[in-house]
Amino acid sequence: MFPLRFPPIRTVGPSRRRFVQGLAAGGVLAACSGLSLPAFARERHTSVGDAPVLSGREIALVVDETPVNFTGSVRMATTINGSIPAPTLRLREGDEVTIRVTNRLRVPTSIHWHGIILPYQMDGVPGISFAGIAPGETFTYRFRLEQAGTYWYHSHSGMQELTGMYGALIVEPRDGERVRAARDYVVLLSDWTDEDPMHVFAKLKTQSDYYNYNQPTLVDFFRDVSASGLKAAIDKRKMWNEMRMSPTDLADLSGATLTFLMNGTTPAGNWTGLFRKGERVRLRFINGAGNTFYDVRIPGLKMAVIQSDGVDVEPVTVDEFRFGPGETYDVLVEPRDDAYTLFAQAMDRSGYARGTLATRAGLEAPVPAMDAVEWLTMADMMGGMGTMAGMGHGTVPGAMKGMDQGAMPMPHGMAGMNHGAMAMDHGQHAMSDNPLDRPSQIVRHARTEYGPSTDMRVDMPRTNLDDPGIGLRNNGRRVLTLADLSTVGGPIDPRGPEREIELHLTGNMERYTWSFDGLEFGQSTPVHLRYGERVRVILHNDTMMTHPMHLHGMWSELENADGEFLVRRHTIPVQPAQRVSFLVTADALGRWAWHCHLMFHMDAGMFRQVVVA
Amino acid sequence: MKRLPVIALSLAALGAAPSAAFAAGAHEGHDMPAAGKPQMQTSAPSAEPTAAMDHGGMKMQGGPAPADARDPHGYAGGFTLDGGQYALAGPRQLSLADEHSFGMLLVDRLERVDTRTATSTAFDAQAWFGRDYDRFVVKAEGDYADGRLEEARTELLWGHAVVSYWDAQLGLRHDTGEGPDRTWLAVGLQGLAPYWFELDATAYVGAAGRTALRVEAEYELPLTQRLVLQPRAEFNLYGKKDEANGLGSGLTDASIGVRLRYEISRRFAPYVGVAWGNKFGQTADLARAEGAPTHETRWVVGLRFWF
Repeated sequence: MFPLRFPPIRTVGPSRRRFVQGLAAGGVLAACSGLSLPAFARERHTSVGDAPVLSGREIALVVDETPVNFTGSVRMATTINGSIPAPTLRLREGDEVTIRVTNRLRVPTSIHWHGIILPYQMDGVPGISFAGIAPGETFTYRFRLEQAGTYWYHSHSGMQELTGMYGALIVEPRDGERVRAARDYVVLLSDWTDEDPMHVFAKLKTQSDYYNYNQPTLVDFFRDVSASGLKAAIDKRKMWNEMRMSPTDLADLSGATLTFLMNGTTPAGNWTGLFRKGERVRLRFINGAGNTFYDVRIPGLKMAVIQSDGVDVEPVTVDEFRFGPGETYDVLVEPRDDAYTLFAQAMDRSGYARGTLATRAGLEAPVPAMDAVEWLTMADMMGGMGTMAGMGHGTVPGAMKGMDQGAMPMPHGMAGMNHGAMAMDHGQHAMSDNPLDRPSQIVRHARTEYGPSTDMRVDMPRTNLDDPGIGLRNNGRRVLTLADLSTVGGPIDPRGPEREIELHLTGNMERYTWSFDGLEFGQSTPVHLRYGERVRVILHNDTMMTHPMHLHGMWSELENADGEFLVRRHTIPVQPAQRVSFLVTADALGRWAWHCHLMFHMDAGMFRQVVVA
Repeated sequence: MKRLPVIALSLAALGAAPSAAFAAGAHEGHDMPAAGKPQMQTSAPSAEPTAAMDHGGMKMQGGPAPADARDPHGYAGGFTLDGGQYALAGPRQLSLADEHSFGMLLVDRLERVDTRTATSTAFDAQAWFGRDYDRFVVKAEGDYADGRLEEARTELLWGHAVVSYWDAQLGLRHDTGEGPDRTWLAVGLQGLAPYWFELDATAYVGAAGRTALRVEAEYELPLTQRLVLQPRAEFNLYGKKDEANGLGSGLTDASIGVRLRYEISRRFAPYVGVAWGNKFGQTADLARAEGAPTHETRWVVGLRFWF
């Protein structure tokens, strides 16, 4: 917290648009490092790359500290069975599994089975589901797998997830895979920092844009002046500056401290999955990063998205998708050339994770250049109002661009227009008798959103789900959006909602505070769901960042602004100034966690407890 | 706290500065446009996007909560984090960073100062320790010359976040140096004004009816991602003449300067700069009587760092 160390002088800076590509070798034998490591670590090492696979009904996992070297510096990682990623668990739907987790760390640990429906005592959140796993102790998780699909697991203690504790959890359907594929690879994306994550967090408390090396500069200003004139250049900046917000606030951490990993392998290490020409390959993409939204594509290949968050969806063919920490997508590809690059650029374009699909080891395909950094638009700051402000005028370039090219269709972009005195009916929808048929569009800010814990509120959110998000709009590629997803078989529960719960995602970037409704976890009270009820949850994003919101224990069934079911998820990304809603069937008694899956946002307090009773 | 202190506050604005700062705090941001207003859709805010934001009474930032604002505990149904069904036994076990304390020491200026006649060393530092909305704050500023402390101001404050970008501060200030020591009660406001101006305005009440006001403003203009131009201004006013310390009443002194730093890292940046200092009124008279300059140009070379 008060690191009395002299700051390291980094000579390779992202300002030169470089980032740590990492060591090709990845893992390390401590003996080679020359560093004096504690004796217990000297004999151990971390294996990286393809994770070992464990299957069956009885699994033993050991959590330990082992040395790893992604960047040229040896660091201690917290690992499960000594590997990054942790072993891939291949389990079978319907099985009751027993997983014994032994803690060899000097601090408590835990494992959370992300997206798995199970009794709350098995959910692995210390302080909510159980007391955690004390040093030296073994905790036995036991639960029946009532679902199939691609999931993952990770520590829910401190910053252990960011330091290596994550792995894939694949539940094979009882009757075999619905989709046949000759190859089946887990592609687990994550991020790594050589710094102590709490130290990183403390730095953000002092300077929240510490790692942002894409800030607007005077040089940019003059460039804009010469390109579009003084007035346009000033207009482009005026509102941001007046409001003390940054248009390049795309990620809290960047390539300035992160190394982006694919299956525990650096870009230089180039994780490779092999195939034979003509084979169909299933890629199970899991975002196990602590901080990073990835934009994933495979130049030269279309991807058929067949599953999202472990749940089968009607196939949709895309060139690219964005996903945040906690989310998963399964895609099918049919490669015909010798080699393809799996390219996953960080949303802030400060670096990328990369791997290869090839017909034999050692082959590589070109690695594309990263896309340019785009400024957030008025729509990202003000929602519907931003798009309106930009309509037909040249003064708000970002919003304009969206409008002109249809990337941000407006039919439902004016939620909140019914707010207070500004009644404005859509006039497109026949109102039924039941006001709960469609999610409420009346924006109700909490009274705690008017204090120092927030830096803005959105009164006219956008509710359209067909926006791929900043940096992906109009990029010439077919990019997946939430609106494209349709769960096979429809919702899990045909009932409509009995009531609505509205919660706002809030924060103050300058103070680096994150919360629901302007209240951090410590000041909050739980959200109570009545056992058995079907409830609509509205999440309204009053910040300029995208938050992947993960509700434990129960499915989040996403709907559109008309109340039509789209897709069943465990993690729902909510874009800046966006208002989304989903239905939850409260069929899981107990206490559960609900939080933003960006680790620092969670730890800062964007976290609620849910009680189903 | 990154863009700590500054601005180019004009002298004319000086008198009003503290109240302006308070007003800025109370009036965070600005009103947003009423969506339904026809001109929004037709003529638009093209000329003045922000001007349009004053219609309709909606605010994106700050402001008081309306009477019908939602209760953030409205969904709790009587449950608390550690009480009620399914809660773990004993006191609450899960606490996150919002309940932890953090700390920081920023040495904004540690510089060698050269004027036409003298050389000195100046420092200006601020530290805090605490949580997001309540913290201890220490501020220290002073000058060394010829191996002794010419003047120094140290403040011990409690800072409390009052609105989005502003902290109120309350505490003590102690002045030491060549003249007699002075101790003051301090009440101030520190934060970020629209357009990223960092302001620090504090009023002081001392013994024997002494009063003072200090306003400091800084701005950080990134020329590139690592090269930052930092204009800075400081004004001091005193309510009562303090001859032993060479201070008159009214505006005593002001300095305006600009520093150009290179951020080797965010936390470590050498800089060069120049500042102009001026003494006014009785303070200038006292300086003249002592044969000291009333205005001077200071060339500075220094280091800005924090950890």
